Amino acid sequence: MTSLKSHLGHGDAVMSTQKSHREKLRISDLHAFYGESHILHGIDLTVKQGELVTLLGRNGSGRSTTLRAIMNLVGRRTGSIVINGNETLGMPSHRIAHLGLGYCPEERGIFSSLNVEENLMLPPAVRSGGMSVEELYEMFPNLYERRFSQGTRLSGGEQQMLALARILRTGANILLLDEITEGLAPVIVQRLGEVLVTLKERGLTILLVEQNFRFAAPIADRHYVMEHGHIVEEVAAHELDARTEMLNTYLGV
Amino acid sequence: MATFLGINLFGLFGQLLVGLINGSFYALLSLGLAIIFGLLKIINFAQGAMYMLGAFAAWLALNHLGISYWAALILVPLAVGAVGILLERVLVRPIAHEDHLYSLLLTFGIALMLQGLFTHLFGSSGLPYAIPDELKGGTKLPFMYLPDYRAWIIVASAVVCGGTWWMIEKTRLGAYLRAGTENPQLMQAFGINVPLMVTLTFGFGVGLAGFAGVMAAPVYSVSPEMGSNLLIVVFAIVVIGGMGSIGGAILTGLGMGIVEGLTKYFYPEASTTVIFLVMVIVLLLKPAGLFGKEA
Repeated sequence: MTSLKSHLGHGDAVMSTQKSHREKLRISDLHAFYGESHILHGIDLTVKQGELVTLLGRNGSGRSTTLRAIMNLVGRRTGSIVINGNETLGMPSHRIAHLGLGYCPEERGIFSSLNVEENLMLPPAVRSGGMSVEELYEMFPNLYERRFSQGTRLSGGEQQMLALARILRTGANILLLDEITEGLAPVIVQRLGEVLVTLKERGLTILLVEQNFRFAAPIADRHYVMEHGHIVEEVAAHELDARTEMLNTYLGV
Repeated sequence: MATFLGINLFGLFGQLLVGLINGSFYALLSLGLAIIFGLLKIINFAQGAMYMLGAFAAWLALNHLGISYWAALILVPLAVGAVGILLERVLVRPIAHEDHLYSLLLTFGIALMLQGLFTHLFGSSGLPYAIPDELKGGTKLPFMYLPDYRAWIIVASAVVCGGTWWMIEKTRLGAYLRAGTENPQLMQAFGINVPLMVTLTFGFGVGLAGFAGVMAAPVYSVSPEMGSNLLIVVFAIVVIGGMGSIGGAILTGLGMGIVEGLTKYFYPEASTTVIFLVMVIVLLLKPAGLFGKEA
């Protein structure tokens, strides 16, 4: 694992010593629309180099739409989305990934006409320094055992690992992860938590949409709380204990 | 005369050969349709016109530019593919987000216009295209005489269909195509230029029809109706095989050619309708087609 870390994190480590707290993602006054429906109403958020930030909120509060809007997968957007210093609002979605983004959609998006290994090899590299297939199989041994199975024949947990592994191969250093623990067994959720901690240690920047607050709380640096397409609260990890009541109100737990 | 159980083997093998030849063309055309349908979700009614365009291009190239059959076999599919790319960019793309009925009508209109244009320019009687000298001979087999050009059609079509199948099912480029067929949006989010992929796929599918057109020029007469006559049968084959299945399109194309050939031998009266009969039966028993996935 140590060799993996130095291999993957090398570029980012250099960068972070030069420009600590560098912003990887800055969203300002983002509005998003699906046809006539206005989903996001002026989102402002930033994610810094190496941070793990969550978007919390109830279903339908606009968290997944925020990730989709970053990838330009919604109908229309206004405002500003700056990734690694590049304004992306006018960019076609296929160019956005090449700024170093890896997107893991809520429905996981495993292709049924491709086997596990084809799914893994599918996304083109967006930066150098991605994890090799061997490293990924070491991280997710189940995928190696089932590499010739049809992608959608995997269990939910295995599909989630495949969806994650697939974007780690591309060298993406900003990960947008949508509900990766949804519907999975506790032991798999725990394993995914360990993986996220490892990725964070390697300097990857992660924006995580999460329903499972108990999963997100111990690993995240900051949380944004969304409701009705607005960001209503921002909570740093160290403030969590003091603000539990407010979170409970918003998340309905 | 060689007979077996009262069957005239010369006649039977002769019709089987005709069936295989027709099946080779069915396979090439339905393969192109299946590839285009997979990624664009549109039924390209202009596929027959592109086949006709390929045959006329080969004829024009030979008679006006002195380009041989062999060169045309490479150049014409490229030219027809380029026409396809132009069509996709200029006409199909702007209505891609509308109901697919619009693109169906559009491609049907293009087919009628091309057919009308070529009838106006060349008449409807058909033009002869000579078999290339290298393939003028034939081989005497135990039960039949096999002309070289007919053998060539079967081999070349099998190679092109097989190669296309291999490319789509076994290579990284093909994985892009399969994944793009399933979820183009996610492919776009992975950084793949899906609109470009769509254009090239349309060009490739149409280019296959152009290739079939060149192959057909020496065996069928080069006429404006050659595409529309064939296309109706090819649509029935695509329905039988199941929309969007690559291997299914190839196998059904060849299979239906053989079924047609056998019918021509055993019950000639039904030979032009047997494919439609099979279509009805398949639709009743397996609505998604023999190789299609149930929706």
